[in-house]
Amino acid sequence: MGRITLSKVTKTFGDVEVIPPLDLEIEDGEFVVFVGPSGCGKSTLLRLIAGLEDVSSGEIEIDGRPATDLPPARRGLAMVFQSYALYPHMSVRKNIAFPLKMAKMDAAEQERRVLAAAKTLNLTDYLDRRPGQLSGGQRQRVAIGRAIVREPEAFLFDEPLSNLDAALRVNMRLEISELHQSLKTTMIYVTHDQVEAMTMADKIVVLRAGHIEQVGSPLELYRSPANLFVAGFIGSPKMNFITGEEAAKHGARTIGIRPEHLAIAQDGGSWRGRVGVAEHLGSDTFLHVNVDGQDPLTVRVPGEAGYRHGDTVSLTPNLEHLHRFDETGLALR
Amino acid sequence: MARRATGTRKLVVTALAWAVGLAIFFPILWTILTSFKTEAEAIASPPSLFAFRWTLENYVEVNSRSDYFLHFMNSVVISLGSTLLGLLIAIPAAWSMAFVPAKRTKDILMWMLSTKMLPPVGVLVPIYLMFRDFGLLDTRIGLIVVLTLINLPIIVWMLFTYFKEIPGEILEAARMDGASLWDEVVYVLTPMAVPGIASTLLLNIILAWNEAFWTLNLTAAKAAPLTAFIASYSSPEGLFYAKLSAASTLAIAPILILGWFSQKQLVRGLTFGAVK
Repeated sequence: MGRITLSKVTKTFGDVEVIPPLDLEIEDGEFVVFVGPSGCGKSTLLRLIAGLEDVSSGEIEIDGRPATDLPPARRGLAMVFQSYALYPHMSVRKNIAFPLKMAKMDAAEQERRVLAAAKTLNLTDYLDRRPGQLSGGQRQRVAIGRAIVREPEAFLFDEPLSNLDAALRVNMRLEISELHQSLKTTMIYVTHDQVEAMTMADKIVVLRAGHIEQVGSPLELYRSPANLFVAGFIGSPKMNFITGEEAAKHGARTIGIRPEHLAIAQDGGSWRGRVGVAEHLGSDTFLHVNVDGQDPLTVRVPGEAGYRHGDTVSLTPNLEHLHRFDETGLALR
Repeated sequence: MARRATGTRKLVVTALAWAVGLAIFFPILWTILTSFKTEAEAIASPPSLFAFRWTLENYVEVNSRSDYFLHFMNSVVISLGSTLLGLLIAIPAAWSMAFVPAKRTKDILMWMLSTKMLPPVGVLVPIYLMFRDFGLLDTRIGLIVVLTLINLPIIVWMLFTYFKEIPGEILEAARMDGASLWDEVVYVLTPMAVPGIASTLLLNIILAWNEAFWTLNLTAAKAAPLTAFIASYSSPEGLFYAKLSAASTLAIAPILILGWFSQKQLVRGLTFGAVK
């Protein structure tokens, strides 16, 4: 069982506090994604849980047992690294078997588990190859294979897909999600890509400068972001923010409206503007509309929109989905 | 036109490289040639390059006068022994410097290297006295210890630069996979660093083989390696060039052959840290 609890965990490097006191509860079997911009401390947090970095203060419990001072090898966690970190001098078979060999498991059982993992991950034909002879996606699978053979309490993924090309990334995303469905083991996944976070997570932890900005399910974060940062980070394209008089009308310092919650028409509507760039994706069209006295607004129109550069349009926000924020950036409810 | 210019340039560079190569190799060639001359021809002026009466008498003479095999074995034992002992100490040292560096690691590395800048003669008397008191004079073990210490900074530096090239994530992966520190070094780090360790080993064997200051000063007969064997043929007067050359040829032949077969590793070793 893989329930992980962090209480008042901090990390400082020299004089720099990377993680200020932080509490977090990860339930058994959950798929948790740490997401945030580069340098927000998400990888450091993962490494603290892994035991690859020592906490500066605070406690980590895995399964109710104190793990703060345990070396990584004894925490019962498996990790998949961004660079795959395969052993280049060993065959795929030996790579996958390595954790079992370290656990001094008997050879027959090792072989049985390696074959089972290879079958799950479509690696059976490659067992005798070296990592250098594999493609990026296959290497990633070997890294995952090495993690699953030992049946850990939890899996840690450190930006595992960022070295893959876009098409492969979507595939691997699905494979990892399926793996979670079948294993039902706790997974902690670090990424800077909010699409990965939204599509894979049971629970997203949004981090900024070592602080947890918000914890919640993907749709909770989408529907009711706790502050400006989360509102701007979750969702693609980004939420539009409007300040000044327009915001004051709604009793807020800043109002936010997602591109999909703006209705576009020839005239009428609340705000008038001119179409700048139009991005045609086929399924959707993103229109960047320049509105007088405001930052440009992005509008998402389903399907192919007939608007062109320079057209005058009028926009109407769907008030049900309007987000209001106070002067400190916190959401007004 | 441009092609012609690069062609000429290539020719000049090639000729220059050959000239430099020959200039460097010439003393060795001359030594080898001289070893096949008679003593009279060895000092003849003008000297002849190849047109002399080839003879093996110097080799016969050198072998009857001294025990080549003893000195050869001493050289082998001392250079191999000091290299292996050095690696045994340097692998963990370089591991810690490369993967768990502290604030002053760079300074320690510099300080280690700075000991190589000390003129060895500065510590000759204290080391000689220590050797005398511990009964280490003219022993192989004594020389192994001294040569290990002399070359240790270079071994640590070389291994450090090789280890630096190994991604730390791979070692972390091993740790996550349940490897102890020992497993990590034995199953992951060392096999990955084999090319680096091999060139360090080779370079260090050569350095130890050629080391002359300490071997000449701390040995007499029993533990004297080939350097002392060569030195015993230089004398203040009389004709000795041909015999000296024969002794030198015998001393450098094994290391020359070793070097020839391991050129690739050696070039990597000698340019260590130059290319990342």
